[in-house]
Amino acid sequence: MYRYDDYDQAMVDTRVAEFRDQARRRLEGRLSEDQFKPLRLMNGLYLQLHAYMLRVAIPYGTLDARQMRALADIADNYDRGYGHFTTRQNIQYNWIKLEEAANLLADLAKVEMHAIQTSGNCIRNISSDHFAGAAADEVADPRPYAELLRQWSSFHPEFSALPRKFKIAVIASERDRAAMRLHDIGIRIVRRGDALGAQFWVGGGMGRTPMVAPCIREFVPIDQLVTYSEACLRVYNRHGRRDNKFKARIKILVHELGAAEYTRQVEEEFAHLLTLGIEPPAAELARIAAMFDEPLEPAESAAPDRSDPDFALWMDRNTHPHKLPGYISAVISLKPVGGIPGDATADQMRLMADLAERYGNGELRVTHTQNIVLPHVRQAELHGLWSALEPAGLGAANIDTVEDIIACPGLDYCSLANARSIPVAQRIAERFAANGRTAVLGELKLKISGCINACGHHHAGHIGILGVDRKGTENYQLLLGGSEAEDVSLGKITGPGFDETGIVDAVETATKVYLKERDEGERFLDTYRRIGMEPFKAALYG
Amino acid sequence: MAELLRFRADEPADHPGITVDAFLDQPDADAVRIEPGDDARALIPHLARLRLVEVNFPIFGDGRGYSSARILREAGYGGELRAVGDVLVDQIAALRRCGFDGFDPDQPLDPADTEIAFARWSAVYQPAADGRAPIWAARHGETA
Ligand code: HEM
Ligand code: SF4
Repeated sequence: MYRYDDYDQAMVDTRVAEFRDQARRRLEGRLSEDQFKPLRLMNGLYLQLHAYMLRVAIPYGTLDARQMRALADIADNYDRGYGHFTTRQNIQYNWIKLEEAANLLADLAKVEMHAIQTSGNCIRNISSDHFAGAAADEVADPRPYAELLRQWSSFHPEFSALPRKFKIAVIASERDRAAMRLHDIGIRIVRRGDALGAQFWVGGGMGRTPMVAPCIREFVPIDQLVTYSEACLRVYNRHGRRDNKFKARIKILVHELGAAEYTRQVEEEFAHLLTLGIEPPAAELARIAAMFDEPLEPAESAAPDRSDPDFALWMDRNTHPHKLPGYISAVISLKPVGGIPGDATADQMRLMADLAERYGNGELRVTHTQNIVLPHVRQAELHGLWSALEPAGLGAANIDTVEDIIACPGLDYCSLANARSIPVAQRIAERFAANGRTAVLGELKLKISGCINACGHHHAGHIGILGVDRKGTENYQLLLGGSEAEDVSLGKITGPGFDETGIVDAVETATKVYLKERDEGERFLDTYRRIGMEPFKAALYG
Repeated sequence: MAELLRFRADEPADHPGITVDAFLDQPDADAVRIEPGDDARALIPHLARLRLVEVNFPIFGDGRGYSSARILREAGYGGELRAVGDVLVDQIAALRRCGFDGFDPDQPLDPADTEIAFARWSAVYQPAADGRAPIWAARHGETA
């Protein structure tokens, strides 16, 4: 894992001091709320329905046991004993006091963490594949490139007031486990002969105008990665729309100019920037990469004993193949039936930290599906890990099933929400747990947002649910056919919306159509793509 | 008008900048004021006669002026680059990094806060227009 040196540490410490000073000026009334807002947003602090919400960056979703324990302590000391892991691989706390925020940031800095650029109109925390460094199908570990970009984008002076927020994802395999093409910039590290390079996909995003990013460059030589990124950003900073907040994302610029013209402008800027020598040297990338390359102790290849059917089910659903023999990646579900998707208590965080040390190398990952991964678990000890999860409410065997729902905070916490997301997620998971169909449905990605901003990725769900406001009452639209994986697509609305009970029934109805129509081996998404919307509409609206 | 804050030894121009269109029409003009939507590159053929470029920030959240400034510095402009308009103390360090060496905000800057803001960042992660060597250069014993 990446470790701060004195320079990195000084940067986050300086940021804490700066924020302390800004918060003081706000509390003294010397900064207006209007002036303070962009400053606190650059530090992840939002004003929400009940209190301040603080978003902590977990760069590329990777953290170690010590950091996870610090997050638990923060939940206890500054919040109500829990935290919420988000679709952006970060963690949010919902009950923060402005007076205490600087101390919280100082606690984070002690464990090489921060909330820098987790909100506001700047380059946000960079996301990545949660199996990075462990997955058998990657051409390289994508995280060193993400870290290089993290440093480049941190306090980047030119890009401190972009038209809108800017999200970058870096992956390194054909499989896409990070919704890469739904980011402002999606980067895929690829190999051409002996050389590594970066494929650039620009102008994706969700929100009210979802778009799938086009590829604007098949291969940027790896030693020009930062320079090319800078060119993409400069064109956006200069020409992105600023007249309308809803049209300010880069996807609108790329769409309005056309990908070809945007690319032409980027290439021109890139040619110019190449003359300036802004790219970090290869030695810097090598320094970073070496830290991600800590060898794992050899482990014996012993297949776990599958005689316990509950364990066998969990193993089938919640693990992922590892590139080294004797190792496996395990996914800890934060989706117990009836729970709040992505929430973990401080005690659960501490337990996960302990287990990461005991059964792996101490590393943990946050997934964009709001679960936790232990990337390097010794296969022979997998049963021990599972046995420890179960009693703590962390043993749900439901990854990528209809119970593994992504849901945004919605009307329970968010001031922008039209409708509640969490209770809908709870009712749906309960419905399928009770009718026992979770298993037969297989892979079914269900995602819920409480409003058009799409924090819950509803456009990209095999089944998506969008909360809308219908004459003052909460109403839910149903979408079908989205995907955020390598077979990316945007879901389509089925028709008129439903009330809270109605939407749970509607989801069940849609799954019945699938069960009736599916061909051998088809997932829900495959069947939908083959038979189209009509049969679903007929069943839903008769 | 608040006091002009400057990081230059030469005398400031005694007149404000004119619009880009007016400047391009007047071969003797030596001061120009660019708005967020102006293309800074239009000035590049005329850098030799320029001694003052004012970059206006009508609202602090419109960051186009940061790119305008860097583009001019990258093109070799050596005269004064002055940030004017809604320029707040929390922006001035980033503005300085983009090549600004004059600040004339609508609202006066508190001198103590200003001093702290400029002194705050002992190191930087990326090269910009201020000539500071980035952290990666220090790590690997290179100069930027
Ligand atoms: C509770 C406070 C939150 C507020 C006020 C908020 C606000 C917003 C807004 C306004 C957008 C739309 C941006 C646009 O279209 O330009 C958005 C998008 C998004 N937010 Fe949130 N959000 C919140 C919480 C979250 C949480 C908890 C997550 C993760 C679970 C999240 C993840 C996202 C994602 C993934 C998008 C879509 C990105 C895109 O448009 O490309 N947000 N958010
Ligand atoms: S989707 Fe809407 S309701 Fe949900 S967190 Fe985002 S802004 Fe809030």
